[in-house]
Formats: sequence, structure tokens, C-alpha cells
Amino acid sequence: MKKEVNDILAAHEKWGWVTEPDAQKIFSLYGFHTPQYDVATDEAQAMAIAQKIGYPVVAKIVSPTVIHKSDVKGVVVGIRDDLSLADAFRRISRIEGFAGMLIAEMVKGLELIIGAQNDFQFGPMVLLGMGGVGVEIYKDVSLRMAPLTEADAGCMIQGLTAGRLLSGYRGAVPVDLELLTKTLIDFSHLVMSMQDLVESIDLNPVMCTQKECIIADSRIMLKKR
Amino acid sequence: MDLKPLFEPQTMAMIGISATNDRHPANVIYAKNKNRYPLEVYGVNPKGGTWHGETIYADVTDIPEKIDLAVIATRAELVPQVLTDCVRAGVKSAAIISGGFAEGGRPDLQERIVGIAREADLPFLGPNCLGLYVPLKVDTFFLPIERMIKPEPGGVSFVSQSGGILVDQMIKFTGQGVGMAKAVSVGNKALIGEKEMLAWLAQDPATKVIAFYVEGFGPGQGREFVAAADACPKPVVIMKSGKTAAGNRAVSSHTASLAGDYASFAAAMAQHNIIEAADERELVSFCEALSAYERGIGRNIGIITGSGGHGAMAADACVVAGLSTPALSGELQAQIKSALSESIRSIASLANPADLTGSGVDEDFVACAKAMGASAEIDCVLVLLLPYLPGITLDIGVKLSSVSRQFKKPFIAYVPQVEKYTMLIEGFELNGIPVSSSIEGAVLMAKALAGRQPC
Repeated sequence: MKKEVNDILAAHEKWGWVTEPDAQKIFSLYGFHTPQYDVATDEAQAMAIAQKIGYPVVAKIVSPTVIHKSDVKGVVVGIRDDLSLADAFRRISRIEGFAGMLIAEMVKGLELIIGAQNDFQFGPMVLLGMGGVGVEIYKDVSLRMAPLTEADAGCMIQGLTAGRLLSGYRGAVPVDLELLTKTLIDFSHLVMSMQDLVESIDLNPVMCTQKECIIADSRIMLKKR
Repeated sequence: MDLKPLFEPQTMAMIGISATNDRHPANVIYAKNKNRYPLEVYGVNPKGGTWHGETIYADVTDIPEKIDLAVIATRAELVPQVLTDCVRAGVKSAAIISGGFAEGGRPDLQERIVGIAREADLPFLGPNCLGLYVPLKVDTFFLPIERMIKPEPGGVSFVSQSGGILVDQMIKFTGQGVGMAKAVSVGNKALIGEKEMLAWLAQDPATKVIAFYVEGFGPGQGREFVAAADACPKPVVIMKSGKTAAGNRAVSSHTASLAGDYASFAAAMAQHNIIEAADERELVSFCEALSAYERGIGRNIGIITGSGGHGAMAADACVVAGLSTPALSGELQAQIKSALSESIRSIASLANPADLTGSGVDEDFVACAKAMGASAEIDCVLVLLLPYLPGITLDIGVKLSSVSRQFKKPFIAYVPQVEKYTMLIEGFELNGIPVSSSIEGAVLMAKALAGRQPC
């Protein structure tokens, strides 16, 4: 594991999990694609960041005490101008535990979840599913033990009930399955290397298109010491 | 770890035998092995004395012969000392029947016996187990012989975390005519668990199929188990309980909530080509088929029936099991038709299922079986046999098994199981064709044989 990653994980030990900007940093250090982002603690900073990234942007609360951001209305998507951004900042900064607001590039694509869970009996398991907030309702997921072979990753994609959506169902643009396969395999190796420190990981959503797989949000839960 | 003395003992010490209590578990074990198995048995109890005229040795070291297997049924707190005595006496293996270790709040006692055994390289089963049953060789179950169902020798070895499930399953195997190689109760799995048994049974010439009942694996042991199964050339079947336990871990991420204990278990088994049996019936069917045939056939099933209803039910069950029942080609149908009796030629429906109707006779079944046996369109033939049809004779099993052998194609039979049809059923079974008492069971057998699905 890279030293920077170790430092990030160690710094978050007291919270038990790694907040989004730092989790995103870990994945980008390992070559996964993440949207452009930065964190603001005041309105002016927020504007500057949004100008740099370019509208539309998404704004999300950064807080070591807020694990599920949507649950506290801590996510605003599709912000198109300074006025809406300022409005979003005012609302988000009033949420309990506010430590900053993350402004990120809006990414589009098919929403997937890629996750990892350190299973008591089988060690690191990798999960792939249809993502978004409905993930625990539809439960359309496939699971395999890490590390994954190419065949394993292929089976995970085929194993999804909604798998046909990935290959361009009814005229929709298909997802780059080769890239998704590579993302799953790389992720599974990263998970193996972090198994002593990490309990579970959610990459949710991962936005996949014909050209890219971008981790739009991530969360790393650390093992209890 | 050399488990040969455990599974093929020539000499046994029964430690904890009573001089007065005939129904003491140790006495039951002593008596059945002494009277019915080809091994020398010695009773041990520190009080000495005799039981039914046989010497009880005060110490295992007093026994004049080297002991292959010590069966220990003393109170838990005495077991560490007993095991130390066994080491001193050069005992080669042990089965610790006694309970009251990790499962009874005494993990310390369990750690002590593991320490003693590891240092002396003394393999033991348990504690808190029934031990083992090897047909015609040894039986450490404390169940009176007159209450036991004894499976015939055969190719299935079954390793169970629960003694009760083990005995139950032995009854079910026997009921279905499935022979066993080894039945092993691993109890608390202190030293010998699933992984160790898998490694041993993988090279046991008598074992063709290795089946497990597990409640759960210890930390990281699931991963070791699937690695051992990957290295095992024999089919591995597993049945699990505790699938719905919610688990007491705080669920803080989506992945943690979706990748629950059982979901991970099922995924890991499927990924490593371990066949998961959903229930006891599936376990028996899978084991029966896998001990009769090599695994890895295609998924195209040909159904031969004397009743359209049975054929339709079997075809439905095939679809549910992920198998296919392809329509036979016109050429193959014509070939079958020309070989059928004049009387059914116009009424038989041959698409697949091939329905030879209630008027079909042995020769019609054989002709149809030969055509399917020779054809590349079909990987496995399912015969739904109704012994009450007037054209069917008691010889049908022998006739069809010879077709199966001739074309080297697996056949599976469904025959309703009642006393009256025993000879007909044995005609199949004794000639190597597995028989199920239900249509679903027969289809499950085909499912167990079908090759690994790409996913």
C-alpha cells in the first residue's frame, strides 16, 4: 500500500471511516477515475471552485459524522449557476456536523455500485450492482471473492438481473464492459492490499458510459480496533 | 497429518468405559466395535476392574498393544490428562466424544488439548462429536447398534459439524440406496475441520464424492476451504444452515448489508465450483448421481416417459434447474419411430420428452434409449419409469443400464418407491443407474452432473 494511503487511513481511524474527499483521493492515487472536486468552507471559496470546474456541479456535505449524505439532504445535484450554489451552501452549512462542502464536476452515465466487504469467513468479497439510492431496495447485485479473475468479473456483470442495461438495452448507449471489467479487477486487488485495515467500501455511484467508469462517490469503513 | 490410524484402526482404546453401566456411551461404543468390527478393543478407566469379564485397564499405557485410535468419553476436565497419557502411550489418533469445551464456555480446555495434540502430532476429531463411521471397519457413534441404520460401503464421504444431521443423513442415504465411504462428525473442529478432511478424503481411494454439512467456518477458514476444494479433483457438495441469521455486526454500508454472511457463502461456493445443496433431499440426489458418474456432462437432457404428465413435470423441473430439454431433430425422431412397436408408432410423441405412452413395452424404452444414447443431441437420459404399466418388466433396469454402458452416457431413473417395486429399482441401482423416488430428485441428479456453468 502507498504511504500516502496509509497516512490517510491512520488519520481517519478515530472516526472509523474515511470521508469522501480523502476516500476519493485514495482511489485516484491508484489510477481510478474520479470527478474533479475541491472542498470549500465558505461561499466565496465555493464559487471559485465551481468557476474552475465549470457548471453544472454537484455539492455535497463533508462531515465525519454524516455517513449517509442523502439522508440528511446533504447532496445537491445539477447546480447550474452561482446563485443556486450559494443557496446550496447556505442549506448544507446548517447541517449538524458540517465541516465543509465538496463541489464536484457532474458526471453522467449508468449508475452502478462497486463495493467490498471483509467477510469473516471468506475475507474480502467484491460486489457489483445497480447503484444509486435504491440499491438496498432492488438488491440486484453479484458477489465474488477477491481477487477477481477476468472470468469472475465477467460473471459478475452477467449475473445482474439488469445486466442487459449495461450492453445497451433498447437503444441506450452501452457501457464499456472491458473498462468495467478492468475496474472491478483493479479494485479487487486494491481491496486485498487494504484488507487488514478496511471493513467495507462503497463506490456508489460509479458512473459508467461508453468511454469511462468514474467513481462519483466513495466511502471507506475502517476495521474496529 | 496422517489420518490412516483414525479411519482404519486395527486397535482401539475406549477411554471412560464403566464397569457397571451398560448404557454408558463408552460401553455402547466398546461393545459394538468388540462384537462387530475387525479390530481389537481395550477398555480404559482409572478404577480398573472388569466389564462382562473383559479387563478394564487403569491407564492407556498399560494396554499391551500400540493403539491406533483412542476414543475418549470422559468428563471434559479430565481430557487434557487423558490426552497426555495417550501421547505417552504412543496412541496414533483420537476421537474426543466428550462435550463441555468451547461450546460449553471452556475454550481454555479446548486450547489445552489442541496444544497437547499439536506438540505430539496426534490428530483428533472433536471434541463434542460422534467421531466416525467407516462401513465394515469402525464405528465410534455412541448409538446402540439396534437403533442405527447402517449404510452399505459406497463412494460418498460425509463430514458434518452436527452429529445429529450426520446420522439423519446416513439414514437418508441408506433409504435411497447410496453407499458411504466415511461418515465423520467433526464437532467443535478444534484440530480437524473441513479443510483437513477435504485434503484427506481427496486422496482416499474409497471416496468418490465429498459432502459437507456446515453451520459456519471460523475466521478466514472459508477462504482456506475453497482453496482446498480447488485443489481437489473430486466433486464437493455442501449443505449449510444458519442462512438467515441476521448477524450482529452493525451494518454501516450498503455493501455490508447486501454482502451478508450467507450471500457471501453462496457466492464463494459457486465461484469455486462447490455444489451447494439447498436441503437434505438435494444433498442425497447430488451425492447419488456424482458417485455413479463423472461430473462435467453437457446440459441437454433427453426424457423418456410412459406418461405425458410425468414428462411435462420433468421438463419443467429441468428448466428450473437450468438444464435444457432440446426438441429432438426430425431425423432422430424418425429413427426412434421406426424402431418402436407397431402398436405405439402412431400414438407416441417423440419430440422430447419422448412419451412412449402407457402401451409402451421394454423394447420401446430400449430402442428410444439407444437412439438418445447414440445421439450427440443428448448428454444425459432421464427415464421416468412407471412399473404399473403392463408392458414394463422387472428386467427393464438391466436392459437400460446396458444401453447406458454401451454408449457411455449417464442414465438417471425415476421410479416410484414402494416395497413392491424393489426388485425393479435394484435392477437399475445394482447395475449402476441412480434411481430417485421423485421426478425433482432425478432432475437434481442431472443438475449435479451438468458441467460447470460459465457463471
